[in-house]
Amino acid sequence: MSSKRVLPGLPFSLSFSLIYLLLMVIIPLTACLFAASSLTPAQFLKAVWDERARCAYWVTFSCSAAAAVVDTFLGLLLAWVLVRYEFPGKRLMDSLVDLPFAMPTAVAGLVYSALYSQNGWFGRVLLPLGIPTANSWLAIVLVLSFIGLPFVVRAVQPVLEGIDAELEEAAACLGATRWQTFTKVLLPTLYPALVTGFALTFARGIGEYGSVIFVSGNRQFQTEIAPFLIVVRLEEFAYAEATAIASVLLFASFCMLGLINFMERKTMGSGH
Amino acid sequence: MSIVIKNLTKRFGSMVALNDVCFEAPAGELLALLGPSGSGKTTLLRVIAGLEFADVGTVKFENEDVTHRSPKERQVGFVFQHYALFRHMTVFENVAFGLRVRHRPNSEVTPRVMQLLELVRLGGLEKRYPSQLSGGQRQRVALARALAVQPRMLLLDEPFGALDAKVRAELRQWLRQLHEEIHVTTVFVTHDQEEAFEVADRVVVMQKGRIEQSGSPQEVFDHPASPFVMDFIGNVNVFHGRVQHGKAHMGSLQIDYPDYPQAESREATAYVRPHELDVDKAPFAKSSICGRITQVNPAGSLAKLRIWSDEFGMALNVDLDHDRFSALGLASGDMIYVSPRRARVFVPETTEVDYSI
Repeated sequence: MSSKRVLPGLPFSLSFSLIYLLLMVIIPLTACLFAASSLTPAQFLKAVWDERARCAYWVTFSCSAAAAVVDTFLGLLLAWVLVRYEFPGKRLMDSLVDLPFAMPTAVAGLVYSALYSQNGWFGRVLLPLGIPTANSWLAIVLVLSFIGLPFVVRAVQPVLEGIDAELEEAAACLGATRWQTFTKVLLPTLYPALVTGFALTFARGIGEYGSVIFVSGNRQFQTEIAPFLIVVRLEEFAYAEATAIASVLLFASFCMLGLINFMERKTMGSGH
Repeated sequence: MSIVIKNLTKRFGSMVALNDVCFEAPAGELLALLGPSGSGKTTLLRVIAGLEFADVGTVKFENEDVTHRSPKERQVGFVFQHYALFRHMTVFENVAFGLRVRHRPNSEVTPRVMQLLELVRLGGLEKRYPSQLSGGQRQRVALARALAVQPRMLLLDEPFGALDAKVRAELRQWLRQLHEEIHVTTVFVTHDQEEAFEVADRVVVMQKGRIEQSGSPQEVFDHPASPFVMDFIGNVNVFHGRVQHGKAHMGSLQIDYPDYPQAESREATAYVRPHELDVDKAPFAKSSICGRITQVNPAGSLAKLRIWSDEFGMALNVDLDHDRFSALGLASGDMIYVSPRRARVFVPETTEVDYSI
């Protein structure tokens, strides 16, 4: 009989998942779009595409992308060290990687702003050198890199651990240098994990609010991020405008997801 | 190119993987390293390839000392047990890898890869990915990849271990044939004695990091150098007893053993292969033991019997040809007498003496 399955409880578990998805994801998102739709097209366009909003999008997306790029490199390096080398304190370091997950982001923001402000330990040194660390684009990238780092490490680490040592040995026997082995054998194997890590960090950066508002200074047209603009609009009681901006961010996130899925599928097609 | 290995010792922590191993593989030979798991055969192969470095000892290729050279410098072709193919590359790119990292021009790479794929009978599959190939095909891709760089020797680690019986038999034949064609010195590791005997020119039997015996398949099979080799290279019946005055006494079995004429009685073990045991319905030969047939398996080229002996408290394996089997008309439950035509007696601290009754 085709309806007999090895795992019992399919109707229950499936309906639970669907209801959960409906309640937690689909209904809130629809509500968001619905609220935004109370605006006329002209009002909507003004809300989501005036200069202030465009600047906010630019800050949000450019900082998130920059942080994701930084984290992709740093995360790969960190995962490599954690997987490939034995050293004292390795387990401690491994658990410290998750710290940004566990820590309230506001704490991260506070610490960073304290360190990089004019009088902070780092700021005191960097500012005279002409590196604007506090209340700047750079500060946002810095704090977003901190928040997003675990995503890349945790995406890459298991894949790196799973890579058969024989692959590297095979490459060495065939005459590849260490660098050639890394670029031609290891990196392509890690590529899907790196894409996933990049995407998660990027997405997290777009959504990040708590830490950024402490370090960015929130100056209009310069260091104001899109989520902050939503809060500003809410405080002005402009709910429809706020949801309009939110729906743009939502749309951007969906596009991102689609793009990443496409990239992952493309790399999967060539292997497995 | 010949391989000369002198006094290799390799430890992993407290485990001794290779214990003062010496051996030589003449140029152009196909040699099998045979042994149970943990015997050090794979470690030896990896030391030859430069993937592992010995604590003591030297590895020479012809007259060149390569003991401290990297795998890249040694220019050996190594085929891994699980093939270690690059999954993100096509068959073509896998085979081309060794040439690509040497920055050879396409005009050289393409014909060479195509020629190799023909050689391993994979022509037309160059655009496939490893995941789209069967186990046997992957094995041959791995071999072609190793051959692409014109290695000085070919090393294979359990090359047929992960394949099913039929493909395995085919690939064995094919490897033998390939070796006739390209004549590069080849060493392969296996735990399957049949495979070693069928394919290799010479078999090196290893145990516990030491070489137990080295010789042609015929020599090793007919004159095993130790009880271990005897036991390892085929099904065998083992009788425990004592020797004294040039005779071995194994229960009621008596076997001449002129090499031990002393009066002092010592422990000894006799090894008899299943096809070296004769059976009859009445006592025969100088001495025979009585047993009950517990299992009859006439399927195959020989009829296989299992005979329970109360005297030894163990089951004997006996192989009979079908003529003899049907002449005797044996069935499970029958009482029967068994006597060895030929036995090898080992007394601890003496060498094996092979001898017929």
